[in-house]
Amino acid sequence: MKKIKVGLGTCGISAGGELIFNKFKEELRSKNIDAELSETGCMGMCYEEALVEIEDEKNSCLYSKVTVDKVGKIVNEHLINGNPVSEWVIKSNESCKEESFFINQKRIVLRNCGVINPTIIDEYISRDGYKAIQKVLENYSPDDVIDQIIKSGLRGRGGGGFSTGMKWKFAKQAVADKKYVICNADEGDPGAFMDRSVLEGDPHSVLEGMMIAAYTIGADEGYIYCRAEYPLAIKRLRNALNQCRNRGFLGEKIFGSKFNFDIKIKEGAGAFVCGEETALMASIEGRRGVPRLRPPFPANKGLWDKPTNINNVETYANVPWIILHGWQEYASMGTEKSKGTKVFALAGKVKRSGLVEVPMGMTINEIVYEVGGGIKNDRKFKAVQIGGPSGGCIPASMGDLKIDYDEITRTGAIMGSGGLIILDDTTCMVDLAKYFLNFTQLESCGKCTFCRIGTKRMLEILERITDGEGRESDISLLEELAYRIKMGSLCGLGQTAPNPVLTTLKYFREEYEAHIFDKKCPAHSCSSLISYQIVEENCKGCGVCIKVCPSGAITGNKKEVHVLNDGLCIKCGKCYDVCKLDAIIKV
Amino acid sequence: MEDVEILEEKKEILNFKVDLINKRHQHGSLIPLLQSAQDSYGYVPEKVIHYISELVKIPAAEIYGVITFYAQFRLKPMGKNIVRICEGTACHVNGAKTVLSALNDELGITVGETTDDGLFSLLSVACLGCCSLAPVMMINNDTYGNLTIDKIKRTIKKIKSEELCGVEYEKN
Repeated sequence: MKKIKVGLGTCGISAGGELIFNKFKEELRSKNIDAELSETGCMGMCYEEALVEIEDEKNSCLYSKVTVDKVGKIVNEHLINGNPVSEWVIKSNESCKEESFFINQKRIVLRNCGVINPTIIDEYISRDGYKAIQKVLENYSPDDVIDQIIKSGLRGRGGGGFSTGMKWKFAKQAVADKKYVICNADEGDPGAFMDRSVLEGDPHSVLEGMMIAAYTIGADEGYIYCRAEYPLAIKRLRNALNQCRNRGFLGEKIFGSKFNFDIKIKEGAGAFVCGEETALMASIEGRRGVPRLRPPFPANKGLWDKPTNINNVETYANVPWIILHGWQEYASMGTEKSKGTKVFALAGKVKRSGLVEVPMGMTINEIVYEVGGGIKNDRKFKAVQIGGPSGGCIPASMGDLKIDYDEITRTGAIMGSGGLIILDDTTCMVDLAKYFLNFTQLESCGKCTFCRIGTKRMLEILERITDGEGRESDISLLEELAYRIKMGSLCGLGQTAPNPVLTTLKYFREEYEAHIFDKKCPAHSCSSLISYQIVEENCKGCGVCIKVCPSGAITGNKKEVHVLNDGLCIKCGKCYDVCKLDAIIKV
Repeated sequence: MEDVEILEEKKEILNFKVDLINKRHQHGSLIPLLQSAQDSYGYVPEKVIHYISELVKIPAAEIYGVITFYAQFRLKPMGKNIVRICEGTACHVNGAKTVLSALNDELGITVGETTDDGLFSLLSVACLGCCSLAPVMMINNDTYGNLTIDKIKRTIKKIKSEELCGVEYEKN
């Protein structure tokens, strides 16, 4: 029997996945076709959504950019006549149009995403699900698990990169009547959607990882702190938790052992700082999410002052795989100090934006050109922004840099949780730094003076630079403020907030200088520093720009070359956006 | 009692009450209670703050502090349709500013405001997490991707006309 899988992650739904799912349902019923219709999570190729996979015992065919209108033809030709509609197939057993996207990836965390139906626990079980926890309960002492995880080299995938095994060891050593494990699913970095995709596409792998952690440290209660902006992830998690309780995978005497454990979901209420572990725990306790001084570390004094182990979604999803395949296999991938794989949310000016998982040690160029397929519209690759508001920009000239915690830290950026935004020559680096500073400034909880006021002052300086009012002393002032904010802040938010400014100053200093001294924006992005001109040869006098201009700056008769009065122009860019003849340029 | 009256104003409040009773004895119940209150009312009314304060024995001032700390909570009612514009990095580099100014023009309001007719509220969010569709906005629970000025105008006009037709239909 044929199985039809429709990608229903958030991107799939946005691209009309649900309508397509319903259309298939209707077609199957009306044409009386015996086929199984199922939903699945993110397949990674967000740029080709909506995706539908049709498979039988031997073959599988992946259709891309499916719309409701295409469903009828797919059903008739593929399901009824047995001939796939090859022009819409992106990947099948025989051919793959986007081969380089797949062959360079190694899917461990995403092993089930886009493969199984995340709402059915048996599909997870059929792919070795919950075997790792059984193996642990039957054969391993907590110290054995810690030994395995330390040797595997797994490091915290939330961004910090601390050894997961060591973290568990500290929490295990702490003596208390009650311990907790927490899963940090407060994925707040703008441009990052790795954890969301895992929770939506394979929630059970995260739950299994948490169970193993709980057994290891001796906890009987767990929390998943998930942001409320991810309603689908929360829904799938609730469903997965209920299934586990019904099967006895959560509760008392799990798999006939003495291990008791259950998990609760806490919905975040929209505060970026709650991604910081001590702030997150304050938020679970019902207070304002304000970080506190460490030590004591959560391993000794965490949630409600009890020893607590906290890891992020991706870290937990790695754990069952390591237990089943052995630490040697995991540690065989990657570089000397960064083992395994890393999931990245690839976005920005790249042809194939989506969710990818690559072995550590892959270079940035390989990710951009091989996996990502190069830059949109074949423009010039300028830089990658890695690590979100805490990270930085790495220029294209350093494209041979390997994905490795320590190598990336040396550039001034950080690995972060996995947001990877590709930038081309139309992106202004000063504007991008301003964008991130605006974000951290808004999200600073206000506890530390340097973070609260320093980021505000830095933002003001960046604003005046992009407005064309930058002063000669501004660059050194930015550097001084950045240094003081890093030194004077309690948590990761403040300590890393200046990174986007510092890395752009390090690698793109000439852009800052062009803004300040020449009053020019080299990327033609900052509106105060550009002016619009009409290219006479291209202007056909259609009048579209005259209609949209709010300040009456463009004049001219029909079918005659129009004239733009720079004195009246308010640089809104509306004419530039509407002109289809490239007759208006930015200079 | 005045507080009881506000709780009986709407049917949905029943859920809220049940939640109150179930949760008040648990650790850390304040944020889930406020979330439940906002689900019922669309915002957190002042009276509800006092009501919760008495139930969970936390001073109203502290509850107010929690409400204003988190971006999710609102102290004022919102418009009928909530437009959320994504300001994530991918959207930013793909022209979120143009999208925002088109929305400002079309709705006549800026971020954080509600239209006079109460039909629309405009909010900005840090990231909607569908970066491959950038620039993106959400209206209520529907996501609109690969936005252009035209697409925004068409979408808003469509919702406006649906709302207006609905009103006329009811009158007739």
